[in-house]
Amino acid sequence: MNQENKLYTVTIYTENNIGLLNRISAIFQRRHINVESINSSVSEIENVTKWIMVVKLSEEQIKKIIGQIEKQVEVIKAYYHTEDEIIYQESCIFKMKSDLLFGDSQFPDIIKENNARIVIVNKQFFVIEKSGKKEEIDDLYKVLSTYGIMQFTRSGRIAITKDEMKISTMLEAFQN
Amino acid sequence: MNTETKTKKATDTTKTIRISGSEAVVRSLLAEGVDTLYGYPGGAIMPVYDELYKFQDKIHHVLTRHEQGATHAAQGYARISGKVGVCIATSGPGATNLITGIADAQIDSTPMVCITGQVASHLLGSDAFQETDIVGISTPVTKWNCQVTKASQIPEAIAKAFYIAKSGRPGPVLVDITKDAQFEEFDFKYKKCKGIRSYNPIPKLDHKALEAAAKLINEAKKPMIVWGQGVILGEAESQFKAVVEKAGIPAAWTILGASAMPTSHPLNIGMVGMHGNYAPNVLTNQCDVLIAIGMRFDDRVTGDLSRYAKQAKVVHFEIDPAEIDKNVKTDVAVLGDAKESLAALLPLLEEKTHPEWHQKFKDLYAIEYEKVIKNDLHPTKEGLTMAEVLNEINNQTKGDAAIVSDVGQHQMIACRYANFNKTRSNITSGGLGTMGFGLPAAIGAKMAAPDREVISISGDGGYQMTIQELGTIFQQKTPVKIVVLNNEFLGMVRQWQELFFDKRYASTEMTNPDFVAIAKGYSIAAQKVTKREELKDAVAKMINTDGPYFLEVCVEKEGKVFPMIETGASVSDIRLE
Repeated sequence: MNQENKLYTVTIYTENNIGLLNRISAIFQRRHINVESINSSVSEIENVTKWIMVVKLSEEQIKKIIGQIEKQVEVIKAYYHTEDEIIYQESCIFKMKSDLLFGDSQFPDIIKENNARIVIVNKQFFVIEKSGKKEEIDDLYKVLSTYGIMQFTRSGRIAITKDEMKISTMLEAFQN
Repeated sequence: MNTETKTKKATDTTKTIRISGSEAVVRSLLAEGVDTLYGYPGGAIMPVYDELYKFQDKIHHVLTRHEQGATHAAQGYARISGKVGVCIATSGPGATNLITGIADAQIDSTPMVCITGQVASHLLGSDAFQETDIVGISTPVTKWNCQVTKASQIPEAIAKAFYIAKSGRPGPVLVDITKDAQFEEFDFKYKKCKGIRSYNPIPKLDHKALEAAAKLINEAKKPMIVWGQGVILGEAESQFKAVVEKAGIPAAWTILGASAMPTSHPLNIGMVGMHGNYAPNVLTNQCDVLIAIGMRFDDRVTGDLSRYAKQAKVVHFEIDPAEIDKNVKTDVAVLGDAKESLAALLPLLEEKTHPEWHQKFKDLYAIEYEKVIKNDLHPTKEGLTMAEVLNEINNQTKGDAAIVSDVGQHQMIACRYANFNKTRSNITSGGLGTMGFGLPAAIGAKMAAPDREVISISGDGGYQMTIQELGTIFQQKTPVKIVVLNNEFLGMVRQWQELFFDKRYASTEMTNPDFVAIAKGYSIAAQKVTKREELKDAVAKMINTDGPYFLEVCVEKEGKVFPMIETGASVSDIRLE
């Protein structure tokens, strides 16, 4: 199996229970693996939580990790996918000084070119939001950093797969 | 309420009754069939103890001398009986003292339910007296855990705990109950857990995989089985024996698999692993099909993975999907419960005998006998060996005893040389290697199987790690036989220091107390043996004594356990000297 490290997106469907974050993060911690990003939200199924984690590992490692995650009692199903098997987005927000918007400003163009948008403007600052792939966000960051960024935050990756997940079928099977 | 009404109510779980959370804990335990639990009281669990007092005619609480002792006793209870071991402790230090036993149960797949008291819910996170985040602390070493802050959550939490602990690949679970939840009254009704939607304890048997496995086994010229505790946990001993006998395959065991098939069985070829037998280790690297059943290819079994059974096709019968390809790549994985899988495998197998292949095991056994076993069992030197003590115990118990060992040299000797006629007779800490496991585990084992002879065998090091449990034996009058093989060293570490650290015996020499006097201090009959000629009578006296007995045997100080696979070596590079 491929020993080369690659970026994998892990999707985990779980019950919404206290302590599960600890349980899942412990699986990575114990193996000295750094998690690139993590996101938890509701899923397409009522009362089922969906986690998206991004990790850089070999396929052999990620397979074993998925096994350990699925072994947890409150995990319904876990998957791993490569970049081309998913559709993903990240989101970020920049806080910038309001002065930059006035006068001979480049900002309307920068925002347009980068498919970003302004969320709020007040006397002191304005906030730009941008969703996209990591590289697009990095590009915007580079441009804006020349103007001085007051604050910056980027979200974890959110992703959906091109293929069907079949979770609903699994859960229905349990009920029957 | 008088005892009679209590008793009557305790058995009726279908009706709703208004009771406190703490009474619900005890009633839930009763509904799960718990007759014995091990623990230690303290502030945050006092309401439950108050109910245990009221229900003492129905449920036997054993006061250990340390919470770690409670976990090991619960493990011993579970390992010999197959039932779920239960222990109970207070918050804070009471709860953290459970961790070693929980970790041990996790790595050795022992079904155990731990109940801990917790500070009142309004105090959570306030650094209250004896508050500790036991759910957080125990997460990596439990199969499942949860915190309960309302009385109404108690029955469901306990029902889930028992279901999870026992089903599939067993393991320890922990339920942490805040003190206010214990006091709170609610309408109690108990319903056993029958399934959890996110949890699939037994994977469905894949008949295609089973057929592929049978084909490989039938075509094999030099097949070898390595079985583990999965055979015992799955209660698959008779199905396993039938498979081994029909296919005529030499079968070796991991340390926790020991006793699933009698020692005397002609197809039982001994133990694999670091201090296992010569033949099965060497021939692991010569077999053409390696059939692993209910075992997990621990590093102490495989040695260097890159030189482990590379020539063989590997068939893995396993209940836990995460074990497949974890350490050793399999050619055919048969997921499922051992009993069901092996029963389904049997009709697909052809009858075989493989006489030439068997002869290879016999030839290598002869070498091991000459180089190691003969000198271990019948030494010509002056000092007593650990193995001759085991041999004497074998002779006098006829192999019917349950041997509960601790960790170290004596453990390897006990596992190598103890004769087992019955399953669930080898109780030891395999995966975690927890010194101090033996004595308390023997207490639990004896309580769960009072009709069996239970012999605790420890070294002088491990014995002193939980020696306080002599107090439990004294108070409970538990008739366990305690053997300490005293070499005045932490023997296994000393052996490594001799072999790999130029005999620099860093902190392995023990200045020991008068063990006989200590045992007698607890009113336990005791004897010390220093000479070979005293051994037979001393073991006889121990076996024939009603009640607990302590036997110290002073063995040679610098004995070594062989064969041995050095760290990083291949199984076939096993050393005989």
